[in-house]
Amino acid sequence: MSTPMATVEMSFTPLPAHVRTTRLVATAVARRSGVAETLLDEVRLAVGEACSRAVEAHRERCPDQPVRVALTGSDGRFEVVVTDAASTLRDTGGQPPGPSGAGAQPDPGASEGPLPGFLPSELGLAVIAGLVDDVRIARTESGLSIRMSWPSGDAAG
Amino acid sequence: MDLKLDHYTKDGIEVVDVEGEIDVYTAPRLRELLIELVKVGHYQLVVNMEKVEFLDSTGLGVLVGGLKRVRAHDGSLDLVCTQERILKIFRITGLTKVFGIHDTVDAAITARKAQK
Repeated sequence: MSTPMATVEMSFTPLPAHVRTTRLVATAVARRSGVAETLLDEVRLAVGEACSRAVEAHRERCPDQPVRVALTGSDGRFEVVVTDAASTLRDTGGQPPGPSGAGAQPDPGASEGPLPGFLPSELGLAVIAGLVDDVRIARTESGLSIRMSWPSGDAAG
Repeated sequence: MDLKLDHYTKDGIEVVDVEGEIDVYTAPRLRELLIELVKVGHYQLVVNMEKVEFLDSTGLGVLVGGLKRVRAHDGSLDLVCTQERILKIFRITGLTKVFGIHDTVDAAITARKAQK
């Protein structure tokens, strides 16, 4: 089964100023995809949190690499995937890894802290976990992938 | 919208008006202001968030940092906020138990004075 083409894909240099732009684009695409108005604040905050932590991680470890965001509206869901290339966190224990995390090898230098424990610097992940019903966090070969989705009306796709 | 910051003294308490978005880009400006206020001796702070349109965990971190700084001087940092979308992030993170959150600046000042 092929992965549906993203409605919008973005990559941006890891600067805090671009996080706001990403929030605005994600909210606009969510609205166009038919996400209920009452959920748009949730989308905006969750995308902002995911991008903020990715930017922070890139600035520490790989400031010349872009943060990637894919927004997809299909099959009654609006999905956002924020992928960084800088993380050292491991998979969440109970969450199934996303497709990009399949077969990923743990980084030998990775932090031992499991995500459900949320280190203070990972408050953003704690907010996402508390905010979004459907969230999957997985390692990719190079970093962390945060996949979140909300129900949508598939108005546009 | 960018972040606008202002502050004034009322009944001996420094009130910080915050307007706009507090995120990873703008939060450093709020942090600098809170640090500066503490540095010049304002240890009783009320942060008015009624015109805040967006707050993320970076902003929460700045507020917690401000609280830590004033508490080091036996001070206080209370919040004014009635917006559900902003209050939600305080609830998710359990910070409603850490901050005094009030409906108006006057209510925050009155509550603070009553605790003295």
